[in-house]
Amino acid sequence: MSQPSSNEVVLETRDLVKHFPITRGIVFQKKIGAVRAVDGVDLQLRRGETLGVVGESGCGKSTLAKLLVGLEKPSSGAINVRGQDMTRLSGGELRKARRNIQMVLQDPYTSLNPRMTVGDIIGEPFDIHPEVVPAGERKQRVRELLDLVGLNPEHINRYPHQFSGGQRQRIGIARALALRPEIIVCDEPVSALDVSIQAQVINLLERLQDELGLSYIFIAHDLSVVRHIADRVAVMYLGKVVEIGVEDEIYERPTHPYTQALLSAVPVPDPTLRGQRDQIVLEGDVPSPANPPSGCRFRTRCWKAQDVCATEEPALAPRDRSAHPSACHFAEVRDVVHAVE
Amino acid sequence: MSNIESVTQAEVPTAAGVPVSPDGGSEKPRSLTGDAWEDLRRNWIFWAAAVLVLLVVVMAFFPGLFTSADPKACALSRQHQGPSGSAFFGYNFQGCDVYARTIYGARNSVLIGLFATIIAGVIGLLVGMAAGYFGGWVDSLLARGVDIVLGIPTLLAAIVLARRLSADPQDSGFWAVVFTLGVLTWTTGARIMRSSVISAKSQDYVAAARMLGAGSGRLMFRHILPNAAAPFVVVLTILLGVNISTEATLTFLGVGLKGDEISWGVDISTAAPYVRETATPLVWPSVFLAMTVLAFIMLGDAIRDAFDPRLR
Amino acid sequence: MTDIKAEIDVLPGLDSSARLLEVDGLHVEFRTQVGIAKAINGVDLHLDPGETLAILGESGCGKSVTAQAIMGILDSPPGFVTGGAIRYRGVDLLKLAEEQRRRVRANHIAMIFQDALSALNPVFPVGWQIGELFRVHRGTSRQEAKKRAVELLDLVKIPAAKQRINDYPHQFSGGMRQRVMIAMALALDPKVLIADEPTTALDVTVQAQIMNLLAELRRERNMGLILITHDMGVVADVADRISVMYAGKVVEEAPVLDIYARPAHPYTKALLESIPRLDLKGQQLNVIKGLPPNLTRIPAGCPFHPRCAYARDVCRADPPPQQYDVDPVRTARCHFWTEVVGDEPAVK
Repeated sequence: MSQPSSNEVVLETRDLVKHFPITRGIVFQKKIGAVRAVDGVDLQLRRGETLGVVGESGCGKSTLAKLLVGLEKPSSGAINVRGQDMTRLSGGELRKARRNIQMVLQDPYTSLNPRMTVGDIIGEPFDIHPEVVPAGERKQRVRELLDLVGLNPEHINRYPHQFSGGQRQRIGIARALALRPEIIVCDEPVSALDVSIQAQVINLLERLQDELGLSYIFIAHDLSVVRHIADRVAVMYLGKVVEIGVEDEIYERPTHPYTQALLSAVPVPDPTLRGQRDQIVLEGDVPSPANPPSGCRFRTRCWKAQDVCATEEPALAPRDRSAHPSACHFAEVRDVVHAVE
Repeated sequence: MSNIESVTQAEVPTAAGVPVSPDGGSEKPRSLTGDAWEDLRRNWIFWAAAVLVLLVVVMAFFPGLFTSADPKACALSRQHQGPSGSAFFGYNFQGCDVYARTIYGARNSVLIGLFATIIAGVIGLLVGMAAGYFGGWVDSLLARGVDIVLGIPTLLAAIVLARRLSADPQDSGFWAVVFTLGVLTWTTGARIMRSSVISAKSQDYVAAARMLGAGSGRLMFRHILPNAAAPFVVVLTILLGVNISTEATLTFLGVGLKGDEISWGVDISTAAPYVRETATPLVWPSVFLAMTVLAFIMLGDAIRDAFDPRLR
Repeated sequence: MTDIKAEIDVLPGLDSSARLLEVDGLHVEFRTQVGIAKAINGVDLHLDPGETLAILGESGCGKSVTAQAIMGILDSPPGFVTGGAIRYRGVDLLKLAEEQRRRVRANHIAMIFQDALSALNPVFPVGWQIGELFRVHRGTSRQEAKKRAVELLDLVKIPAAKQRINDYPHQFSGGMRQRVMIAMALALDPKVLIADEPTTALDVTVQAQIMNLLAELRRERNMGLILITHDMGVVADVADRISVMYAGKVVEEAPVLDIYARPAHPYTKALLESIPRLDLKGQQLNVIKGLPPNLTRIPAGCPFHPRCAYARDVCRADPPPQQYDVDPVRTARCHFWTEVVGDEPAVK
């Protein structure tokens, strides 16, 4: 949704890198390579804004999410939240800083401990950060949180398996809200839900953003959902952002060939458009992130690729024919979403 | 049509806010344990096993409830007498009441099984959790340790160990057997614990807790252990049965309980040479032993099925 | 090849002028510990050669169970077909002996699944697995079977098919594995192909490749294709006709253009209004309140009434008696379909 977002940057990554070493041997480990899951990502998130991150499996978007919330340690680079570099904090400072950035996980069936009551699950953040809410008020806070996400506060003593998938996702959202964070990273929050339940959760996330002034990083493979909820969108391919811009620019005027191929492959629920849209079918598979192509990483599947693409890595920057940053030497607008005459 | 009201109303079909719970709308909170209990309640195997286990435990602690005869009051004049009203299972070679001895034998058998299993359980739990949770070189080291213990032929090692531990002829051999069994049988439990800790560790809810800043202690004891314990507990119930029968084996081989201690193992070993003359002194302790072991194994099996989340 | 095929094709009562596939009043229930789940409650479907029928619905609506019943691979127990008929060219498959049923499965009706990795045997090369079909069902030689396997992998556009037949399933990417499964399904030249969520586990660019391949193969071979999915976008792209299922019933059936332009059932309409669209900006999402019903306790009357914006007393009391004919090619199971069709769509 496009409510006006301020210019205040709440989160910024600088050249964020995560390489997973590939090792051989159990006792005497030898590094024989690295999976370059996230390979130099610069992002900015403003207050009250939703930044969508899209890409196919293996593009590094889930690793990016884990880096942002501290589940993985970056190999290099910085994550600045309110002027503090999270990667340089430790101990009490890190714990305190972490309160400000929370996450909603993909699978509502596995993200809640089946042996804890809903009250214990949503109240756990208060156990870990006892300074946030005095012990006597915790139960009341949990009830308020349940109410906030549209669940009955009376159900505080129930167990997760007594709830449906959509309700469980609401519990996960309530847990993420408990410490009153400014930033929430949503990793595929609706992809495990049924179609008729997805809209409920999307609308809930939008309402909470309006009411609480939250900033979202919304990671998803479903480009239609991202268009609906995001203000700006970053497209990732093999660990790098290849194109970034406001939602309208990316969907209406994409300039990177990968974005164009991705968008053209998304089916639109309107049979009158069948065969009317510009369809780009990519050949081959995504190369291994352990051994990405030289230069532009998309060149092995790109129909525009020339010699320069193999030698020179295109920078993510605005170009002559691209008003927004696009990492392609030959960036050029092509409408693949609407019917072409 | 889309608005905030419809969101708050979402999935709450009635004004009272009764959620559509997938298991049939019963309103009281039910845990997994509660569900497992529902399952077990209707399982006759569980009940049969539970009744047998209870019976044996009562027998172990209050043998006087079952017999007024003294198991140590033996008279050679009654040697190999058949069953009668006063001695249901007859008399053995030494003229002792087989029924009374079998009842009194339960105590040593069950207690040895219990203590040995507790030792094995503690070692297995610690090793399995450490290996599974910390991984890396800790895991490699502990895994080799488990392999080494597994590689030792249990019975052979037990014979050597039990004999060394109870070299003193005055010693009953009770703790020697307990310790021997405990240190030799923890490996299965450790392996099970390790693998279930590893699978529980990778669950999303553990990641969620880590994200909130939870420390190792909270992760291990609040999130991982409760979700990883079920298979381990089942292995222990089975191990309990196995330990009871191994005690009998050791005693039969002459390295277990000694002197005038009473246990099923002792009775089986003393009755074995005379099986051609009269079988009852051998048969009854064997039947009790077999039934007890079976009861513990069946109980473990039933509990495992009830706690298996894949069946929900 | 044709003479062997002809011999196998002989099924008692097979009538080539009868409809390719017709499901008539199918009922399936699952007898579980917590009660009887009525998964399918009178489903009618039909399929002609060269046609793509989409069965659309959410999890638990019975779409996959319908497919399993047609294939005869229902887990039984707990699943039981309790009524109805499934006619393939006039032959009621439910009345066939298991041995004949098996032959129908291999030679006439084939199926592909969402999870290609678990549907392929991990310990055999894919070429061997495809070749086995020819050896078992056609009695072809090892050499000939291998040649056929290469042809099939070529057909589904797997590059370097000759080399790849010796690879194992885990050596293929997700999309390539789905192609291998399609090759296996098509090996014995079936007349009906059932695809159960064939692209749900795949990335969107790969999904487009697989859907194009399926459409092409259907056209070339004049096969009937049943596509089972929850994705309204995919359906709009490939289906000729759509059957929307809810709580074990087909609630609406119509040609694809009609159903998207003027849905006649409140559930279809609400679903269409609840999904975000790639090509629309600032769209409002409509929310369907509540949850799909528990199949052990399906609400009385119309099963959709607790979630329906059009519901009135009659809906709570009486199930819509039949599929109302909206027009000669459409039906809808709603008392108030005239109102639903007449309403302007909330989207656009």
